[in-house]
Amino acid sequence: MSETIKRPKRKNPILKTRAPTLPPDRRSRIALGLVRGAALGNLELQCCAACGAVQYPPREACVRCLSAELEWTVMSGRGELVSETTLHHSQELFFRERMPWRLGLVRLAEGVSLVVHLDARCGPAPSPVIVEAVLDRAGQAALVAKPDGGNTALADEPKLRNFTSDPRFRKVLVTDAKSPVGQAVVRAVLEAGADLVWAGHCEPWKNPPGWPAIAELPKVTLVPLDVTDTKSVNELAAELGFKVDIVINTAEHHRTFGIFGRAGVETARAEMETNCFGLLRLAQAFGPVMQARGADGETSAVAWVNLLSIYALSNFPQHATYSASMAAALSVAQALRAEMRVAGIRVVNIFPGPIDDEWNQLLLPPKLAPSAVARAIVGALKGSVEDVYPGDIAQDWLARFRDNPKALERELGR
Amino acid sequence: MKPHDPAPGMEILRGFTTALATGAIRIVDLTQTLGPDFPSIVMPPEIGQSRAFRMEEISRYDERGGAWYWNNLSFGEHTGTHFDAPIHWVSGRDLPNSSTDTIPVADFIAPAVVIDCSKESAADADFLLTPDFIKAWEAVHGKIPPRCWVLMRTDWSKKTDPAAYQNFDEVGQHTPGPDPDAVRFLLGERDVLGFGTETIGTDAGQAAHFLPPYPCHYYMHGAGRYGLQCLTNLDLLPPTGASLIAPPLKIQQGSGSPLRVLALVPSNPSGAPRP
Repeated sequence: MSETIKRPKRKNPILKTRAPTLPPDRRSRIALGLVRGAALGNLELQCCAACGAVQYPPREACVRCLSAELEWTVMSGRGELVSETTLHHSQELFFRERMPWRLGLVRLAEGVSLVVHLDARCGPAPSPVIVEAVLDRAGQAALVAKPDGGNTALADEPKLRNFTSDPRFRKVLVTDAKSPVGQAVVRAVLEAGADLVWAGHCEPWKNPPGWPAIAELPKVTLVPLDVTDTKSVNELAAELGFKVDIVINTAEHHRTFGIFGRAGVETARAEMETNCFGLLRLAQAFGPVMQARGADGETSAVAWVNLLSIYALSNFPQHATYSASMAAALSVAQALRAEMRVAGIRVVNIFPGPIDDEWNQLLLPPKLAPSAVARAIVGALKGSVEDVYPGDIAQDWLARFRDNPKALERELGR
Repeated sequence: MKPHDPAPGMEILRGFTTALATGAIRIVDLTQTLGPDFPSIVMPPEIGQSRAFRMEEISRYDERGGAWYWNNLSFGEHTGTHFDAPIHWVSGRDLPNSSTDTIPVADFIAPAVVIDCSKESAADADFLLTPDFIKAWEAVHGKIPPRCWVLMRTDWSKKTDPAAYQNFDEVGQHTPGPDPDAVRFLLGERDVLGFGTETIGTDAGQAAHFLPPYPCHYYMHGAGRYGLQCLTNLDLLPPTGASLIAPPLKIQQGSGSPLRVLALVPSNPSGAPRP
């Protein structure tokens, strides 16, 4: 962990808490093509199918041959810093609050020039750089250039840190810390430098393997939280909602039934109750107070992570009702993302394939270890993405979903 | 019948209400508060689950409904202090009048005896009530009359920590209850109306391993008799002489229901509450 970011002082309570500002976020429909890749951490630019030219900024037609056959294509990111400048003045509130701000012009290996946010660790031009597509606090795609080699973690650069949701020095609520994934997430965010973790747990009479050790960890405080119980969610939010910087919603209810496998709706309802309505309850209880703290100093409220499932994209009929509840949860998460965006708070959705737990016992590997899910979550917070598909299965499903959702539907239904 | 010739019950009822008013008969509430924090029954996760008590506001003098406060509730039939009807168990499924809507209402008001097993349960969470224990109790307090509730006092309701109340370890729950012989004795030899406990079931925590499994459910409901569980304040009842008012909700084909259980207790001469 870098020492370049120092622990911020405690907040001066007599000063007004600043209101969140956002970088300019108007984009044309075409320009929004960038965000498709950036959401996943990919730098995608338009490539002309007719003449092969790569172009930036995005346009309706190829600047070389006027063809409209433009395909968003993943770039190498390798390039050379051609020139640089430092802004000392801006009409944009967001940048005014963060001056001075370094910008550069990069010539990509693919032959196109980009205006980028420039990492302070980049040498003077000309110098080799890596360009990445990131998400800014408004959730829009932005380009940053980092040095080619050495420590290039965004979260370790004081300005580019704005593009991340680094858990360092932050206070994190893990909504279900008892599950295998929940336990792994608690350990991972502590390792990533979180100040403390509130470990949510319900049904205190259940003591699954590993749980006593979590309770013993330094910086971990157990808090009662049952996302199916509005009273429980509201009480916890009233007690400590104003201190939570990152919510990681690991609460999930997973049963493995097709629609004919379990008569009635009670199992499906229990899945909806946790996976969909649980998120809704948490959002209503914790969302508004987090919004108010979107600019609360160096360790402001910054992110909200939802553990969803790759089954949210397309129903896996062997786990039909669980898939349905995750699709519903994804829809709520999208709405929450729109609500939280006004405060610069990022909503990150995690879409793992089958996790190696009891409910996926009968599925063949590969299955994701709970620790791999936790790593993906922390990686998303330290980086600058909002949709994460950890593991081979999730990547495969995503590719098939993007290529032909109908084909995926048929294949999953076999 | 002439209007000036009161029915014989009228005098009794008038005496009864007077006794309530004067405190000669006290009312003891044997009911736990129905809320989301009270422990709910735990089943293996892969089988069907009873919903825990949940309460969602409809409105509270706000934009959702101007001048009124009310809630929607959801919970399993066997939640909180609740009544078990005979139809709850497979052994009682074919009996007539075995669901909450058809049970004869006369059964909802009945005398109760209280067998104090609190010391034994404190010493051993797996304590089992046996016929010998019951006979020893009878030697002091007299024979259990027919059509009477038998309440097993364990003071388990005093465990306010939900984990201690449920008392799980890796082989399951450890809570006191009747052994199979005791249930057979209470039905066959004493013709009881039902069995009531302070724990989450009428059976012991380990009763899944008894022969038959869950003997209190199996035999009681097979005989058309009833269960009460998650009772509290049993320590405020005399060993004999109390009567219970315990009518479940009239749920169509209901297997049970949360309910308010009231005990009518003759006051001791001093009028002071019992210890």
